[in-house]
Amino acid sequence: MDITQMKEGDKGVVVEICGGCGIVNKLDALGIRPGVEITKISSQFLRGPVILQVGNTQVAIGYGMARRVLVEPK
Amino acid sequence: MQRILLMGNPNVGKSVIFSRLTGVNVIASNYPGTTVGFTKGYMKLGEEKIEVIDVPGTYTLEPTSKAEEVAVEILGQGADIIINVIDSTNLERNLNLTLQLLKRDIPVIIALNFWDETRHHGIKIDVKELEKILGVPVVATCGRTGEGIKELVNRLSESKSRTFNYVEEEKWHEIGNITSRVQKLSHRHHTFLDRVSEISIRPSTGIPFALVILFLTFKLVRFIGEGLISLFEPVFNNYYLPFISNTVTNILPVKFLHDLFLGTTPKVMESFGLLTTGLYIPFVVVLPYIFAFYFVLSILEDIGYLPRIAVLLDVALHKLGIHGYTAIPILLGFGCKVPGMLATRILETEREKIIATALILMIAPCMPQTAMIISLVGPHGTKYLLMIFLILFCVSVVNGLILNKILKGETPELFVEIPPYRVPYIPTLIKKLWIRLKGFLLEAVPLIIFGVFIIGILDVLGITNLIVNILGKPIVSILGLPKEMVSVIILGFLRKDVSIALLVPFNLDIKQLIIASVFLVLYLPCIATSLVLIKEMGIKTALKIVALMFTISILVTVLLNYIL
Repeated sequence: MDITQMKEGDKGVVVEICGGCGIVNKLDALGIRPGVEITKISSQFLRGPVILQVGNTQVAIGYGMARRVLVEPK
Repeated sequence: MQRILLMGNPNVGKSVIFSRLTGVNVIASNYPGTTVGFTKGYMKLGEEKIEVIDVPGTYTLEPTSKAEEVAVEILGQGADIIINVIDSTNLERNLNLTLQLLKRDIPVIIALNFWDETRHHGIKIDVKELEKILGVPVVATCGRTGEGIKELVNRLSESKSRTFNYVEEEKWHEIGNITSRVQKLSHRHHTFLDRVSEISIRPSTGIPFALVILFLTFKLVRFIGEGLISLFEPVFNNYYLPFISNTVTNILPVKFLHDLFLGTTPKVMESFGLLTTGLYIPFVVVLPYIFAFYFVLSILEDIGYLPRIAVLLDVALHKLGIHGYTAIPILLGFGCKVPGMLATRILETEREKIIATALILMIAPCMPQTAMIISLVGPHGTKYLLMIFLILFCVSVVNGLILNKILKGETPELFVEIPPYRVPYIPTLIKKLWIRLKGFLLEAVPLIIFGVFIIGILDVLGITNLIVNILGKPIVSILGLPKEMVSVIILGFLRKDVSIALLVPFNLDIKQLIIASVFLVLYLPCIATSLVLIKEMGIKTALKIVALMFTISILVTVLLNYIL
């Protein structure tokens, strides 16, 4: 499943990032890459940004980007 | 002169360390050809003066954004020492940049910042071990309390380069190794601020929270802004004005020059004297609100609230083709359009800047004008007030939607780190404020004086009268307003709030008041804003935006004249 399908509070391990190097690099810089555990903190109305916890940081990424991050739920 | 670069991820507290190292002589600049800013200052090491640069935050040396590109370029220009500021509560992610920096030729020293926060995060880091592994000095610092800064400065000479090698594919593996050797994690306590963070970002609680913050912001800004105006105005009118009038009259008895410097009438806001109106506008009218707004903005920024607002508003703003972060310039624009314009620099694409600018200029009047409208229209009934603001809101939103469709290009998705809430460090706040004010004084003020000069010349040459006769009268009749209003419209260019006040003697009925108010908000930006607009967007784009606004204002008011 992708991030947008996770429920608030769920944890998951990133499996794959479906995108070109642009997206992969951007997410990588924030620490989101295959093998990393993330927690979904919240989402916004109407396909708004999704907020995740990666390690000790919280990040907000756009809905479209969130759809491209596939996770294995824990 | 030796050069030190402060490099690190965004939100690691570089600016606080920067402000602890540097003195008062700091300037913020834009990297040439971009809208990315960096700050430069100086520090003294013994007898030596050293240049210190606060480089834009970057996660990696393979740039994924404009800010990162600039960081890499600044690095490429060379330096003598790099202070790599690391967020100790996020060691793993921060080491990404560190390892990349250690591969280079410039000596590095590491500041493990936010050291005080590691405790309640349940994180323990073995500093000595980290130093051994990486081969460079590592100093635990807390920018806010100043802890460790002295040690950092003392050990600058120990920094080394090229101390850690790795293979690119193994990078994260290496980082994982290092963190497991150096870091111990135990239970994390939830703090009060963590709770507040949750509340402020979840939409159901976040939006009411944001509205409260907004309300408080307006109150505070208005208080500070009006307070400063009531301080500056008497000083200007009672001391400066007589002084300058006497001096100029005595030194230059030539009428033309007299008019040029002092204006054609003794009332400051009714003419275009270089030394009267030219200084009155930036210092008495604009500066107080700019100061007030930058003050509040810097607090919100240092607390860490801004990214959360960007997230809350992102969905709505994306429909208009702009980024969540545009919320900040828009908010600034509620107080004074000038800092609103200046703030559009944070937007990455030209397209976004245009849409954002139009939105900022049209969505609501600036605070002084708002106040005037409230006092003038309010007595007729609150529903008329709401009508005016609703009209403005709808017009600007519709305009945004249209621009979004017309202007080619994509708007990048929101992608931002949400830092934990932190208590701001006051000296850094003051320094930031000072930097921003300096920016305004050095950039906007000369522009405004220049603008007044041009208009002054036009006025003296009688060209303004020409415009009044050719354009003014027909416009005013279309709007159903008395033709004497033309002078008010012209005056509104100099000072928007005064133009509203000048509607009083006309005894307009409520329909005319509404039309006049809407028109006076939309038709043109005030002189200060126009000049900053020209500087920020270039004359061609600026003219297009102004023409757009003017056309819309006419269309809307004609429509209103018909409907109401």
